[in-house]
Amino acid sequence: MSERYIAPSSAIAARMLGGEMMIMSAVDSTFFTLNEVATVIWQSADGTTPLSQIIHERVCSEFDVDSTSALYDANDFVDEMAKHGILIVSDHPIVVSASQEPAR
Amino acid sequence: MRGILTARDGVVVEIGGMPILLRTGDESFRRILQDRYSGFTSLNSVPEIDFEISVHDPATELDPDCDLEVQRHDDRWILRRGDFIAEWQSTSGRGRVRQSQNPYAIDSVLRIIHSLILVSQGGFLLHAASAIRGGQAFLFAGISGAGKTTISRLAPSDAILLTDEISYVRRRPDGYCACGTPFSGELAKVGENVSAPIAVLFLLAKGQQNCVEPVEQADAVCFLLRNILFFAQDQELVKLVFQSALDFVNAVPVRRLVFVPDERVWDLIVRAGEILP
Repeated sequence: MSERYIAPSSAIAARMLGGEMMIMSAVDSTFFTLNEVATVIWQSADGTTPLSQIIHERVCSEFDVDSTSALYDANDFVDEMAKHGILIVSDHPIVVSASQEPAR
Repeated sequence: MRGILTARDGVVVEIGGMPILLRTGDESFRRILQDRYSGFTSLNSVPEIDFEISVHDPATELDPDCDLEVQRHDDRWILRRGDFIAEWQSTSGRGRVRQSQNPYAIDSVLRIIHSLILVSQGGFLLHAASAIRGGQAFLFAGISGAGKTTISRLAPSDAILLTDEISYVRRRPDGYCACGTPFSGELAKVGENVSAPIAVLFLLAKGQQNCVEPVEQADAVCFLLRNILFFAQDQELVKLVFQSALDFVNAVPVRRLVFVPDERVWDLIVRAGEILP
């Protein structure tokens, strides 16, 4: 499978509140709260770091999880977010504008 | 022209401290407006917004099956439903409404205009009852049947009802306040035109005993987003609604109020307002 690059859409609003990352799509008003692992992936979605590298360097180092199952779950999460227009997914690096940088 | 119109040109309806002039050449409709917004009309306020209303036969002028649409074209808003079509320019504050003689049409226009103005100020209209007791405002939110009307009915005589249906939440430098509205629900009772700082937002649930339960912040935000009245298909404003909901939950205690329908629940409500930060 080729590398996947992820970046937040500009049509979302996101903020940490009470230790939870909350995201809403401005297109269809879908609202999400992310768990700790998903929050790490979200905060690492800079458009230039491959998803596999995010999993290896950020997720597996912080959470007790093996990289194969973590990457499998991460792909599911990314697909779901992309379906709602929350994340942009590409097999090439994505140029992210300042306004698209994920809330941390 | 803004600021020089007087109440003689129409009826100034002031909700949440925002005076809106409703002008109409139709004398009978003007009387309907004066009755409908009794308690919320003002003779002295300088209107910041004014609407020229023309009353037409909806059967010939409008499509009765048209669902609500709220669209922006630069600073011009178009509001359209089966019983009205309105146009409002946000920079000049001026607008026009064509509607049937049914006052619910202008009621809807006012709700939409207020929701658009409030969102840019960090406030919102919320599907909730609200009342003041002991100088503090309490909000009671829930879906139809959750108990908004019941809580309003059970309010003791020293409580001031702000609304049993649509709460008006304003953001101020020192916090949030709830203002009375003429937008009534099942109780069919117009709220008082006063305001007070919001002590607690209660999410209503009927149960076997009176108790106040904690609510996770994410659940509170989710609930709030489902119950904020917002009609515009505008991505930038939707983002502002989201930010407003998060700011509110960060600043105002949100609790679940499980209650049995008797007046003792109001002792618990006031006690919660005293205890919670």
